[in-house]
Amino acid sequence: MGGLDIRWPIGFIFTLYGVILLIFGATANPEMFESSLGMNIDVWWGAGMLAFGLLMGIFAMRASRENRT
Amino acid sequence: MHLSFVDYLIIAIYFAFVVGIGFWLRGQMKTSEDFFLSGRSIPGWITGLAFMSANLGALEVMGMAANSAKYGMLINHFYWLGAIPAMCFVGVFMMPFYYGSRARSVPEYLRLRYDEKTRTLNALSFAVMTLLVSGIDLYAMAILFQQLLHWPFGASVIAAAAVVMVYILLGGLTSSIYNEVLQFFLIVFGFLPLALLGLKAVGGFAGLERSLPNPGYAHTWKYVMHASENPLGVNWFGLIFGLGFVLSFGYWCTDFLVVQRGLAARDMIAAQRTPLIAAVPKMFFPLLVILPGLVAIAWPATKNSFGDPPNYNYALPMLLGRLYPSGLLGIGLTGLLASFMSGMAGNVTAFNTVWTYDIYQTHVNPGKHDSHYLLMGRIATVAAVTVGVMTAFIVLRFNNLMDYLQLLFSFFNAPLFATFVLGMFWKRTTSHAAFTGLLSGILSAAGHYLLYHFGYIHYRSPMAANFYQAMVAWSVCFVVTVVVTGFTAPKKEEELVGLVYSMTPVNRHADLPWYKRPAVIAVSVLGLMVILNIIFW
Repeated sequence: MGGLDIRWPIGFIFTLYGVILLIFGATANPEMFESSLGMNIDVWWGAGMLAFGLLMGIFAMRASRENRT
Repeated sequence: MHLSFVDYLIIAIYFAFVVGIGFWLRGQMKTSEDFFLSGRSIPGWITGLAFMSANLGALEVMGMAANSAKYGMLINHFYWLGAIPAMCFVGVFMMPFYYGSRARSVPEYLRLRYDEKTRTLNALSFAVMTLLVSGIDLYAMAILFQQLLHWPFGASVIAAAAVVMVYILLGGLTSSIYNEVLQFFLIVFGFLPLALLGLKAVGGFAGLERSLPNPGYAHTWKYVMHASENPLGVNWFGLIFGLGFVLSFGYWCTDFLVVQRGLAARDMIAAQRTPLIAAVPKMFFPLLVILPGLVAIAWPATKNSFGDPPNYNYALPMLLGRLYPSGLLGIGLTGLLASFMSGMAGNVTAFNTVWTYDIYQTHVNPGKHDSHYLLMGRIATVAAVTVGVMTAFIVLRFNNLMDYLQLLFSFFNAPLFATFVLGMFWKRTTSHAAFTGLLSGILSAAGHYLLYHFGYIHYRSPMAANFYQAMVAWSVCFVVTVVVTGFTAPKKEEELVGLVYSMTPVNRHADLPWYKRPAVIAVSVLGLMVILNIIFW
């Protein structure tokens, strides 16, 4: 059975993007968030993307284990 | 709009990733069928997402934002009157024929149901439409380059075309379905904060309603009794028949990029369920794509920046630049760029296939070696991108992408839908009639367009003209097909098994528990849709 479970690439890229946004948002100058109405949206949304990415990864891992056994 | 290092990093990661997946998959799988075959463990909601993402692109995000900035909340009708009922119809009534007839493309269904000349006419009109649509992706990408790099429009279009060519050469197509599903999530994650921040900026729904140009912008149904009362300039009849019936059903039932996703499902019931599952998230898209347009036209910081005369296509990029900090901006831009590229690449491939196999090989130069057609395909790719650059300049004349897109649909999809409905539900319909009807439908749309363009017919908005043009094209095709059928000989009944409703056994899925039957799911989806219509009345 060739091919790649779509949840792997989704999980990978969202985890990566989530981490980047979290780090960048946490270390950025707060003045930058004037445009987003004073909210540090990078940290919040980064955390959301990270959680989504990890969840996809977990689902993909569970599915590949079931297939193997 | 100002980009910082992190935004470029995010965009670069995406490109590296797409190229990487392309290489990784090479040799393992090449077609959408492989994708779904490999994915037996993949739940049905992913097939549904693929169905939806075949049509959700930056085109929808940017175009619908422009559309709602121009016409207000009436644009909800594109979803809650158009797309959702049409998707339910496809799932319950049309998927059985597509799936059961073994046809692998829309032109092929037409050949089986009618004849060769009807297929060729459809192939030609599809080829022309694809070239005209591909200009939209290039135009939209060029607008982004213009805003980011401050280049003139001409240079931006050529840069966009170059990027698309590189994307195709690097194998962006091998992994196309992966990219589409990935893109769907990028767009949702990239644009949901825009709707939420935008709503906060204007002071919630109440604040939004107060700051819209007039109350006509804030309602879906309240002002549709008379065309003069709403910004769209259409009354309920034009909406329901023109948009709801002809344009929406025409698009969702005959657009093969979309239907194909359902065909890749593992069995009939899964194929039927695909559009029904897709309809549920689709229902909430107005939040993602219409709300930003409304905010852009209501918020004091953006409402006067559309230019003079206003170009509504700037609604989304403008809001993005105003509300997003670096970081999130990179995510939003990546979603946009990714979907422009694959949208354009998808158009180019579709054109390439139809031109090379349905037109060139069949009619112009048959019987050559495979390598000859392969070369022809490559030439067609380059030619399609070049023509795309030219059509991008046609798009420049429209201040709302959706005005242009629906204009094209009213030419090509609207009459085709009549040909399909008659072919699927009336076994008497003859091949000559279908051909004559389809041709007259397209020509009548052209005639209507000329009359409108030169001022002999007047409408309150370009979109209103599109709705009525679609009705004209559909009705002419319908009537001509019925009349000509009366004078010509029908096909033998045994040739129509599996292609026509009355000649095909209907599976009511009585063996399934009631909540898994397509008809039951469709009715629940429609019920939810009615509730949304009432809330945003």
